[in-house]
Amino acid sequence: MDRRQLITRSGAAFAALGSGTAFGVLRAFAADTVTLPFENGERPLVKYPQKRPMIGLTSRPPQLETPFAVFDESAITPNDAFFVRYHLAGIPYDIDPDVFSVEIKGKVDKPIKLSLADIKKMPAVELVAVNQCSGNSRGFSEPRVAGGQLANGAMGNARWKGVPLKAVLDQAGVQAGAKQVVFGGMDGPVFDKTPDFAKALDIDHARDGEVMLAYAMNGADLPLLNGFPLRLIVPGYYGTYWVKHLNEITVLDSVFDGFWMKSAYRIPDTECACVEPGTSPKATIPINKFNVRSFITNLSSGAKLKAGPVLLKGIAFDSGKGIKDVSVSTDGGATWLASQLGKDLGNYSFREWQVSVPLTAGPHDIKVRATNQAGQTQPDKPLWNPPGYMRNVIETTSVTAA
Amino acid sequence: MSHLKIALWFAASILVLGAVPIISSAKPISYQLPEETAAFGPGPNQDAALGNCTACHSADYIKTQPHGTAFKKDFWQAEVTKMIKVYGAPIDDADVGKIVDYMVATH
Repeated sequence: MDRRQLITRSGAAFAALGSGTAFGVLRAFAADTVTLPFENGERPLVKYPQKRPMIGLTSRPPQLETPFAVFDESAITPNDAFFVRYHLAGIPYDIDPDVFSVEIKGKVDKPIKLSLADIKKMPAVELVAVNQCSGNSRGFSEPRVAGGQLANGAMGNARWKGVPLKAVLDQAGVQAGAKQVVFGGMDGPVFDKTPDFAKALDIDHARDGEVMLAYAMNGADLPLLNGFPLRLIVPGYYGTYWVKHLNEITVLDSVFDGFWMKSAYRIPDTECACVEPGTSPKATIPINKFNVRSFITNLSSGAKLKAGPVLLKGIAFDSGKGIKDVSVSTDGGATWLASQLGKDLGNYSFREWQVSVPLTAGPHDIKVRATNQAGQTQPDKPLWNPPGYMRNVIETTSVTAA
Repeated sequence: MSHLKIALWFAASILVLGAVPIISSAKPISYQLPEETAAFGPGPNQDAALGNCTACHSADYIKTQPHGTAFKKDFWQAEVTKMIKVYGAPIDDADVGKIVDYMVATH
């Protein structure tokens, strides 16, 4: 993005009541707050256009966390409750979808520019897939680490509609020797010395037929803060790759060395992507696929319940192998009981589960653990890395029955 | 008008009509953010923190960071250095110490 765009954009931020759909002036009402269960966890509940009240992490750029109760409503996260994460405050707040286009360039036979209408004319595909922030649950890291102090709400599951990235790359004709594809969006930095946000995928991954350019989410246009009018969907991969307001696709014959790949979003190059807490990794690689996670959604810690049968329900997901089993333990992990899995919406989706457990009077640590089709599961103790990424410890919900 | 002229006129009108977008997509969006509510509280060198940090991001980026012994002077010194070296923040050398002092005193 060049400087002229930058100026236009910041001008637009102050004159946002131009033509088209204006959402009107709204004040964030911070009358309500929530307290996330870690030190310094108090957050305002904020109301943004196109969004229901969300947990406000930062206001410029906007970062909104999904209130956890939303995950108990359905396996699909509604658009107005879907989390928002930006890095840089230069956000395109004024977008005309009839003017928008995405450019495919670099090591291609025929550089092309596709309008949104061009893309919508191509054969569409649909996929239900989880998007999760690399730093989801970072606030629970122990020892604590710098960064966005999130609880478990920086994730969501939606039905994405769009076109395969492969189809778009084929139109431009990828040249022999291509190694990576770089993705850039309309959002950018406030100062031009700040590295612009761009992410890269290996060419084979980019052409796997699953990575897609999505223009619809749960049957509607993407909300602006979720990447309107077009975003990259990288099933099974952390949200950092799901570039929003996608308008630049560049094929390279080298490995992309931009800041957001080479220096940021790196994980320890170890089997567990972890190191001894408080230490530094010897070598790092770019963050990539989700690990396995599961949550109870209908109970939270501190709940007081009637002794007897108690229905537990929740969600589980992985990087796309598919969830094979979700089991629960009401005795702190000594014994496990398999749950019934809910409707299969696809391997990249949240998988609902439920099970009834007998709870005797007294305190109970209820644990939930998922295993995927590859046999991968969740650790008993949290794995730690310096950026606070990829938390997936077996979650414990402490309740009391009487 | 000859048949040829009519045919040409007809062809031209199809070309013109063809240029009109067939798919009427969503209307232009003009998104208005709520007002920023997070602010830096009073403290030594508050102006240095306000002037430099909030040029790029809101105060809640800082205020939501954890407290505790690991989040004192060394931590804030490293954060301010990162903002300059990694993110290209135009912060005067003379302001670095002032910002760190403010963070240590108020966070």
